[in-house]
Amino acid sequence: MPRYAALIYGVEESTEPAPDEWAKIMAEYNQFGETAGAAGVIAGGEALQETRTATTIQVSGGAKGGDVITTDGPFAETKEALGGFYLLDCKDLDDALHWAAQIPGAWHGRVEVRPVIDFSQE
Amino acid sequence: MTLPLDEVLRIEGGQVLATLIRLIGDIDRAEDALQDAVVAAVETWTRTGVPDNPGAWLTTVARHKGLDRLRREARRAPKEVEAARLLTDEDEYGGQDDRLRLLFTCCHPALAAESQVALALRTICGLTTVDIARAFVVPEATIGQRISRAKAKIARAHIPYRVPPAHELPERLDAVLSVIYLVFTTGHHAPVGELASRVDLAREGLRLGRMLAELMPDEAECVGLLALMLATEARRPARLDAAGDLVLLADQDRSVWDHESIAEAASRIETVMSRSRDWQQPSPRL
Repeated sequence: MPRYAALIYGVEESTEPAPDEWAKIMAEYNQFGETAGAAGVIAGGEALQETRTATTIQVSGGAKGGDVITTDGPFAETKEALGGFYLLDCKDLDDALHWAAQIPGAWHGRVEVRPVIDFSQE
Repeated sequence: MTLPLDEVLRIEGGQVLATLIRLIGDIDRAEDALQDAVVAAVETWTRTGVPDNPGAWLTTVARHKGLDRLRREARRAPKEVEAARLLTDEDEYGGQDDRLRLLFTCCHPALAAESQVALALRTICGLTTVDIARAFVVPEATIGQRISRAKAKIARAHIPYRVPPAHELPERLDAVLSVIYLVFTTGHHAPVGELASRVDLAREGLRLGRMLAELMPDEAECVGLLALMLATEARRPARLDAAGDLVLLADQDRSVWDHESIAEAASRIETVMSRSRDWQQPSPRL
């Protein structure tokens, strides 16, 4: 079956959420995990730490072995940042979109749904 | 009234293409198969005349041509599976639902609005890229790109070829109606005379609207749209004066209105209203 990356984008708050706020978010994600898991749709996924914990590297020269340029932060500073992703195993785009809409991140930010390349078909 | 051959092919072609897409599972391949069948049709029909059921003839021939093409390509298992499907599918020609499937697929929200319109005009109405470009006063390459991107997206993101399930239908139907209406109004407001394009988008919009109303006769919105377009089109002869300026409705010469179309619009509205027993929500177009 085709697979889709569901990339979760949201505004990063400057402060950590309060404990009960955090518990609510976790409960919502756990529920998604259970429902989608039971439907056999989740093929993978992770929550990412905030973009301020990211490091971006670039290798100059356009080939392997060039100078490595290391910078603090994500590759681009955007209002909405990538907060996590799921790998969804769905029969078609409509199915993937249905499940993506169940991801709590979609209710407060946006979820990009992109098909994964299936190398066995190429 | 006998239509010219290319008009018959264009009208039948839409239905045939819709069926072929379901059988073959790929718009490009379906178009190739149809094209091969059209070539055969032109050759045969000019000698023997148009058959009684041109659509069935085209579908049968297109299926064989499609199969031939698949065999010529040296490929692996997935293609053989497709070939087997073409061979064994028992469905007879005449699947009205295939046209609905195609229409809803073209108007899928995952496709950009202008791509929806271009793809629908290309696949359902059989208009050429050149004609679509002229009608929207946009470069041919732009339309070509919109269409090929839409096809690629349908294939690569696996947009399903189907009429959406009941819970999604109202919203998705609204998108279809908007596309049809956009096609119609673009044609309705098109300039007359030298600047006019060869293709009458108002006529194509009406064709799509009729097709939809035929396929979903109990949907008040579909009938409402058709009636709206019929009534608008009926007034077209009186719309502009000799200088090409707009004439206000109150000042129009009603004797040149197409009263047959107006009567049809009214009768369709009456029929659908008498059939709908309860109104869940107001029907905007009706």
